[in-house]
Amino acid sequence: MAKAASQSSTGVDRRLALQGREATGEGVKIAPLPPAERVSLRAPAESVASLSRALGVTLPQKPKTSASKGGRMALWLGPDEWLVIDESGRDPLADCAKAKQLHSAVGISHRNVAIAVEGPAAAACINAGCPQDLSLVAFPVGACSRTVFGKAEIVLYRTAEDAFRIECWRSFSDYIFTYLSEAARDAAA
Amino acid sequence: MADSYRISGAGRFSHAKAARFTFDGQAYTGIEGDTLASALLANGVHLVGRSFKYHRPRGILSAGAEEPNALVEIRRDAARRTPNVRATVQELYDGLEAVSQNRWPSLSFDVGAVNDLLSPFFSAGFYYKTFMWPKSAWKTLYEPNIRAAAGLGVAPDLPDPDRYSARFAHCEVLVIGGGAAGLAAALAAAETGVRVILVDEQAEFGGALRFESNARIEEQDGWSWAQGAVARLRAMGNVRLLSRTTAFGYYTQNFVALVERVSDHLRAPDPDLPRERLWQVRAKRVVLATGSIERHMVFADNDRPGVMLASAARTYLNHYGVAVGRNVGIYTANDSAYAAALDLKKAGVNIAAIVDLRDNPAGQMVDEARAAGIEIHDGRAVIRVGGRLRVKSMTVQKRTGGGERSIPIDALLMSAGWTPSVHLFSQSRGKVAFNEEVRRFLPGTYAQDCICVGACNGTDGLSACMDEAYAAGAKAAKEAGGKAAKTSKPKVEASEGWSRGMLGAAPGAGPGTRVKAFVDFQNDVTAKDIRQAVHEGMHSIEHVKRFTTTGMATDQGKTSNMHGLAIAADELGKPIPAVGLTTFRPPYTPVTFGAIIGHARGPLFEPTRRTAIHDWAVAQGAVFEDVGQWKRAWYFPRAGEDMHAAVNRECVTVRKSAGMFDASTLGKIEVVGPDAAAFMELMYTNPWQKLETGRCRYGVMLREDGYIYDDGVVGRLAEDRFHVTTTTGGAARVLNMMEDYLQTEFPHLKVWLTSVSEQWAVIAVQGPKSRDIIAPLVEGIDISDEAMPHMSVREGKICGVPTRLFRMSFSGERGFEVNVPADYGQAVWEALWAEGQKHGACAYGTETMHVLRAEKGYIIVGQDTDGTVTPNDVGLDWAIGKKKTDFVGIRGLKRPDLGAKGRKQLVGLKTKDPKLVLDEGAQIVENPNQSIPMKMIGHVTSSYWSENCGRSIALALVAGGRDRMGDTLYIPMPDGTIEVEVCGTVFFDEKGERLNG
Repeated sequence: MAKAASQSSTGVDRRLALQGREATGEGVKIAPLPPAERVSLRAPAESVASLSRALGVTLPQKPKTSASKGGRMALWLGPDEWLVIDESGRDPLADCAKAKQLHSAVGISHRNVAIAVEGPAAAACINAGCPQDLSLVAFPVGACSRTVFGKAEIVLYRTAEDAFRIECWRSFSDYIFTYLSEAARDAAA
Repeated sequence: MADSYRISGAGRFSHAKAARFTFDGQAYTGIEGDTLASALLANGVHLVGRSFKYHRPRGILSAGAEEPNALVEIRRDAARRTPNVRATVQELYDGLEAVSQNRWPSLSFDVGAVNDLLSPFFSAGFYYKTFMWPKSAWKTLYEPNIRAAAGLGVAPDLPDPDRYSARFAHCEVLVIGGGAAGLAAALAAAETGVRVILVDEQAEFGGALRFESNARIEEQDGWSWAQGAVARLRAMGNVRLLSRTTAFGYYTQNFVALVERVSDHLRAPDPDLPRERLWQVRAKRVVLATGSIERHMVFADNDRPGVMLASAARTYLNHYGVAVGRNVGIYTANDSAYAAALDLKKAGVNIAAIVDLRDNPAGQMVDEARAAGIEIHDGRAVIRVGGRLRVKSMTVQKRTGGGERSIPIDALLMSAGWTPSVHLFSQSRGKVAFNEEVRRFLPGTYAQDCICVGACNGTDGLSACMDEAYAAGAKAAKEAGGKAAKTSKPKVEASEGWSRGMLGAAPGAGPGTRVKAFVDFQNDVTAKDIRQAVHEGMHSIEHVKRFTTTGMATDQGKTSNMHGLAIAADELGKPIPAVGLTTFRPPYTPVTFGAIIGHARGPLFEPTRRTAIHDWAVAQGAVFEDVGQWKRAWYFPRAGEDMHAAVNRECVTVRKSAGMFDASTLGKIEVVGPDAAAFMELMYTNPWQKLETGRCRYGVMLREDGYIYDDGVVGRLAEDRFHVTTTTGGAARVLNMMEDYLQTEFPHLKVWLTSVSEQWAVIAVQGPKSRDIIAPLVEGIDISDEAMPHMSVREGKICGVPTRLFRMSFSGERGFEVNVPADYGQAVWEALWAEGQKHGACAYGTETMHVLRAEKGYIIVGQDTDGTVTPNDVGLDWAIGKKKTDFVGIRGLKRPDLGAKGRKQLVGLKTKDPKLVLDEGAQIVENPNQSIPMKMIGHVTSSYWSENCGRSIALALVAGGRDRMGDTLYIPMPDGTIEVEVCGTVFFDEKGERLNG
């Protein structure tokens, strides 16, 4: 984070898409998360072990699962696809480059914006626009899924029993944040 | 006089607070807990509306969602006027304002009632027969007048200020209907620990126990048991109880749509509360406990106010404490109306007589009625009623005919029997089967994981209903993964049994009679109309329905369908199943647009996408245009400039010094892997293998049929990595098409695709000064012409942040496209802007971008192409790798007609009058003196004023266009024909020297 949020050498500042936004409703709080380093990682099964070593986190291989270690998360999005998010200030793109096995790593730190939805009504709030079953049985802590919210695509990741991280593309973040804020008004019902 | 029909000691709201309300401006008082219908009846008001076609006075028929008659408008304020609200469903709140509909000047004196006298002219099929000639009159006379006269209620003309909310939910068992059966099923399912959702359309759970006074369950009266059951369910963490909630649509794979009415019953709703909430539920198992609906009797003038369903009168008495009259007649073909007579009698209401269509009715109910001293006329029919605005008498005759006897009454309660509510079962694609013995359509073949229980399944008797429901609830839960639980099946100690009834027209309304015996109250369809439809050749119920409109009103014939079907079957001499039942379709009851739209209104109607540089453009006063979901800066007017002046200035400035353009919306795809170049070879017409790292190429993508699908500049970042750009509109579909081919046609290739459209903000700096502008800010890249020629790409830094710097041009000038991580986009833009100011650069928008590229003859896919255009058609043959043996579209291009002579080709057009700017889309002809319709040989695809050329310019697709250079063609327009000369597509700097200038 420290790295991502820092100013560049010539003083060009980073303008965040949801700067200063926040919303609350009974039982739910919505806020943008700080910038993070992100990689879209694609690789065949043979490369998983090598990439896991390079990243320092074991890439999950089951649908809807994730792994997390030391501020670095790997979210399973498809049979050969992971979203790697790093909040520790390390560079996952550089780490991927250390793996010599076949893979594709593309930096998408700025493509995505993350929103935290927290509180006992968080799941209900998200279910205002997301059709997934968010019960703890069907979507336990650590579960993740690329899914829809309203008319936008999101990656949904459960970080705690009553906390979710929503990853979306930058230009959809206003729509999604506004939708969540609207849904929060009666999420406790 | 206020509230004078309220019976003290009756009903369940005796301690409730008073609630004042108005109906047609008249003030009344009801109590909290009332519906508008019960409150009106408590005040002795039966007349509440006028019928749709004949404007007949109408009263309250039912006490529930099936109500066809009592439709009123509820007003909260100017914007909150809801027409066609069923008074039987609308809960009363203090201050409620209701008005009647479809009447003028007043409800009791309605001029439109003349239609009732003219009814011979408005018979079934009236519309189809009457408004045929002259044909021209339909649009000008008939349709506008019919539209004005038709339809009940008036839609509000202000935007709906209410909030509507939406929620997706999942459960193991969804129970629809919260009567005795639904509660039993929900209890059984909930005890296993699975997630249960129980929904009921009424304010409170309990269903028919609301009126069934003789039910005793677990040593309590039925209603009290129901409330106890609700309390037990509410205390469980795994149960969601939704009252005031209608399951209105049953879709595939147990996907059920519910609408919850959250605040329509509240006097002053919390603004955070939605008016309604749409629930979209995916259930592993569905239990349908939707009950049954009582049918009316079909006899002359059965629509008079005061004539109503027996169960409704019982509900008004037992639940709301309201007597529907003081001297009440009963007309029945089954036992259940006897219970109504008995309950009313006990409450002190005089029962004038029970007229029973059956000979010698027998049973406990009949015995009790006799014992209570109620006169029973068996084997007899009510052949008509007296009274117009309110029923005054009933005329009784032996079923077989004979002498008539008139009995004074002030209300008539009727029951022809009960129709199982199979609507949702039918919506689930389940097939109903006709049970000849009980003459009912019952759930037959199931299509989904659901089960019908109780009255909707044709089960009679409370005990049998609850046993069946409890077992079904337990089974459904078990199948959905529930644990075995110790059972606590509710014991029924007493209940009522309602035997059958009758279908179709009652005596006095049968064949040969011309009386108005209503089958469908809401659409004013009588027994005679249905017989007439059969006579006129409608032999399927689907035809009868459309010809007469029976069952096609907003109540969808809940009370009328079976009668209509029986009358048609009778007339056809066929058994009922041979005539068929009409299909039930969602919604079960009307649903507001608001509920369906939910959150998707205003700013949430559609995502509005803004670039990282959007705020800067706003601050500069840019005018924006919508490009798909994107807001794009269109032009940047300065003080006093209109669009034309701004665009002219921007165009000239770019070519004179430089301009800056936000190109962030371009689609960007990173193609990575050892087979990246091989994949590019297959997806694009161009050759890629030999493109050097650090160089760019303009790529053309075709569909399988050989037509242009997309284009864009592609940079090779490494041997195994391409940065592909697409059109703004094509971003998503190009990636989808690439993925599709990669996964299905080329799965052997080791390559992956990642959208980076939003990773990079793109700042196009175009113009002779572009290099001077970026030079001070770029680090680690040699941007000299020698080191970085036109069509090259370098990675380095700008303003200290990473950049992918493209040397490329969509303006024909020396140009760069600066890609930086999106969050840095605006700051880098501002730094470049500061440099640009030193060189007199301007910001420009999409309009100037369009003009500049048109001056150079660069196409825009989707504007100059339309999905039927080949590369050759637009002069892009050079972009096809001649040595290539395969790419998407290569076989399509070989089709003879794609290479045929005379195809439309892209050319330039110059108007003979240089000041004249053509309309885009205008059609082109060879000879303007042809007769109409003329032979059109092409159309204008792009047309602008070019300040740089000092004249108008246009691109057009013209048949055989490239062979027509210098020819004069014509464009006929409404105010005159325009002469144009065919020319090349490049209007400015034909040799392209400025790319390096």
